Amino acid sequence: MTSHAQSAPTANATAPRLNLSKHLGNALFKGVCGLIFLFLLLPTVIVMPASFSATQYLSFPPSQWSLRWYVAYFQDPEWIAATLFSLKVAGLTTVAAVVLGTMGALALMRGRMPLKGAMRAVVLAPMIVPHIVIAVAMYMVYMKWNLLGSLTGFVLAHTVVCVPFVVINVSAGLQKMDPSLEMAAASLGANRLRAFRHVTLPLLGPSMATSAAFAFITSLDEAVISYFLSSSTEKTLTRKMFEDIDFDLSPTIAVVSTLIIVVSVLLMGTIEGLRARAARRAKV
Amino acid sequence: MTAAHAIHEDYSGLQRIRGGTVSVEGIVKRYGSFTAVTDVSLSIGRGEFVALLGPSGSGKTTLLMMIAGFEHPDHGAVCIDGVDVSRMPPHRRDVGMVFQKYALFPHMTILDNVAFPLRMRGVAAGERRLKALDALHVVGLDGMHTRLPSQLSGGQQQRVALARAIVYRPPVLLMDEPLGALDKKLRERMQIEIKHLQESLGATVIYVTHDQEEALTMADRIAVMNHGQLEQVGTPAELYERPANPFVASFIGETNLMDGELLAAADEDWAVRLVDGTVVRGTPAAAARRGAAVTSRVRLAVRPERIVLAPAEVGGMAATVTDVIYAGPTRIYLLRSGSLPEITVRVPVQSDALKPARGEAVSLTWDSANALVY
Amino acid sequence: MTASLKRLAATLWRPDWRGFSAPLSLLLVGPLVIGLCVAFILPVGRLLEVSVWNPDFTIAELVRIAETPLYLRILGRTFLLGAVVTILTLVLAYPVAFLMARLTGWRLALAAACVMVPLWTSVLVRSYAWIIILQRNGLLNSMLKSLGLIDAPLPLLYNELSVAIAMTHVLLPYMILPIWAALRTIPRELPLAAQSLGANAVRVFLLVVLPLSLPGVASGVLMVFILSLGFYVTPALVGGPETLMIATLIGQQTTELLNWPFAGALAALLLGITLLLVAVFNRFLGLDKKAAS
Repeated sequence: MTSHAQSAPTANATAPRLNLSKHLGNALFKGVCGLIFLFLLLPTVIVMPASFSATQYLSFPPSQWSLRWYVAYFQDPEWIAATLFSLKVAGLTTVAAVVLGTMGALALMRGRMPLKGAMRAVVLAPMIVPHIVIAVAMYMVYMKWNLLGSLTGFVLAHTVVCVPFVVINVSAGLQKMDPSLEMAAASLGANRLRAFRHVTLPLLGPSMATSAAFAFITSLDEAVISYFLSSSTEKTLTRKMFEDIDFDLSPTIAVVSTLIIVVSVLLMGTIEGLRARAARRAKV
Repeated sequence: MTAAHAIHEDYSGLQRIRGGTVSVEGIVKRYGSFTAVTDVSLSIGRGEFVALLGPSGSGKTTLLMMIAGFEHPDHGAVCIDGVDVSRMPPHRRDVGMVFQKYALFPHMTILDNVAFPLRMRGVAAGERRLKALDALHVVGLDGMHTRLPSQLSGGQQQRVALARAIVYRPPVLLMDEPLGALDKKLRERMQIEIKHLQESLGATVIYVTHDQEEALTMADRIAVMNHGQLEQVGTPAELYERPANPFVASFIGETNLMDGELLAAADEDWAVRLVDGTVVRGTPAAAARRGAAVTSRVRLAVRPERIVLAPAEVGGMAATVTDVIYAGPTRIYLLRSGSLPEITVRVPVQSDALKPARGEAVSLTWDSANALVY
Repeated sequence: MTASLKRLAATLWRPDWRGFSAPLSLLLVGPLVIGLCVAFILPVGRLLEVSVWNPDFTIAELVRIAETPLYLRILGRTFLLGAVVTILTLVLAYPVAFLMARLTGWRLALAAACVMVPLWTSVLVRSYAWIIILQRNGLLNSMLKSLGLIDAPLPLLYNELSVAIAMTHVLLPYMILPIWAALRTIPRELPLAAQSLGANAVRVFLLVVLPLSLPGVASGVLMVFILSLGFYVTPALVGGPETLMIATLIGQQTTELLNWPFAGALAALLLGITLLLVAVFNRFLGLDKKAAS
């Protein structure tokens, strides 16, 4: 209605009506977008209150609040074992993927070598091949190699899945880097190794940190390959969750989900924040 | 704001650098089938300021990169202080370099940036700091050392780059269009400051630029490059007064080029018949004196301010004024003469010379010493 | 002789420091490529191999897929569900991307966070959340009941509907991000220019904004469709027996039946379709780049 008054002096008789319908349309559009955002966020948000339920069975919203399912989670040796195992896998995967991926990105971006295109294809292929195919293939071969349910098997598999993201991230970082910075270091007396250590590596820091966070969360969240590579004794958190969701829907899963969400959002949020700050700083 | 951080004009406390000699001998650099630098030889004395001037793609930056050690010549040698460094990696050449976009390390403070070359040379932390602060003082950036490069203005970043390149007192300083990113006013001030700093330090400077005014302002000698070749090396006055060829004549300052045929070649006073039939006089350029014979095709080059406008009845080259442009200190006359390309003449506004109007017929004359024949 | 030796030494250790020499590059990339070949290429290759070597070359398994109505139905369902999910995500993603392209500052950061947070949340967590929402006594049913819209709970879970909803939710960010990227790069002056030339808001959108965002739409559509074909967790958890898809079928054939040749053939089929679509995707992006330059 206020729009009516505002636009009145400016134009002919049809203008206010047009403006009104425009405002209505705008409000409608924003409302629809709001609903879509709600759809995006709802499932993530909903598990958090569900984890504080006091009832035996999963319900929402909980009729009574309690921490009993948190207690149940921390007292259940199976959940704790799966959690610790997943953290171990994610940690080792992060180290392996970031180290190998950074080295690979350096060679693929800066190297002069034969078969570069083929190597790039091999490195990026795990992003394209559907995870179910990777999972089943690894299940078949790792079984023969006695790697099912083993730390080595999981770290191998998760590194395969995470490494393309590291390579892409670090390559982007290298591409954005002003090549004259390394030249400056060389002209000022740094040999190639020292130029790398004092200039290139620190400047790649943000890309590597993002990659690390990404690899850690990807490994922690990875469900398909972990499902196939787990054994009845050694299993990841995701496999344990999968089984529990499939067989009994105890609110413990809401607890685990809440913890995973908090860890993921905190980690990625921090990294995004750091990256935004680094980007501002690098802007000269 | 920047005026407060001007480079100090008092260099009494400054310890002089012993400038190095640089010589480039028969350098050739190819990239595939493209030849970036063709057989360039140049020798630069101690404490000399030499500008490498040329249009983009002329090979001047490639030549600088070969002196710095980032590129390697296919043929020929680069010598610094008499030592062949052609195969020496950049970090062992001990030259200072200032890059186009400053190339300050964004993750290090100003102090760490300036101290970086000292750190690479194993200087102890305390001494490093003192020397770096000293260098920052020289470029007028006291009290800025704890900041990050992104917190400084373009001009200040330029000064940091300068401080970083001189802090370890390299005998040779290379600069690759260091003022290209600054606005005109600041650029002109920095040109003079860098020149003064160089004179007080005594370092040898090789300065790449595509701006002829910058080269004329700063350099002791200018090396003009085009298409990978060295066209001419000389002092600013030599280049302006006696350009070796039409390219240099038109690249340094303005010039009128006219095609014609050589009629008579008597010592220093040659007669040329221009394509429209007019016969004019000029002085042979060095190269023409050796090569040209009577009836061969030649080009005549005359600077716009060296042409005198006279009433049409005086005789000489007849022309018609097509346009008059007021350009502050001078008035520019655009003239047509037969089938020749447009001729430009500059006359000081305050002079009592002839001031014809548009459409008026005049005659053009010049002292034959001011017209070069190629 | 010494000259050629010197030349050889020079090519091996290039003092030209822009770029690493071949030996150094191979040293850097070697562990990664060898590791990937052993841990990834070899297993996938073996799986494909067992599908066609049994013990001699045979395409019997592929023929079996083609001749069994059940498997063809599963394939058809996978494609149909993929198409439905792609259309749903497109319909939901475009308005959001359009809004985000107009936002700045903290509003944009907030909207971007809403899109990114689901991406950082495990698929398992999200499947679980949809179970909470869609189950018999779940959030949606109890809401509908308290509003008096229904008397008995609707069967929302463990069917194609729940799979479609959950997959749409998982894949929505993959549609929003490329469309947003495309919309964001449209110069602000273009819609203004169109307006000044007499186009109304609807025409500005239809004739200027929409055509310029099509490359983003194309990448989003292809990406979402490709990803939807390989979905395993979501259909397995929120789907029912009648929502078997190709990925769940592959899993079933291996874990329950240990039928490697058949699983291999299914995997080869899925991989082949995926690679074909990726090739189309690359072509699109390639054309896109050419048009931009």
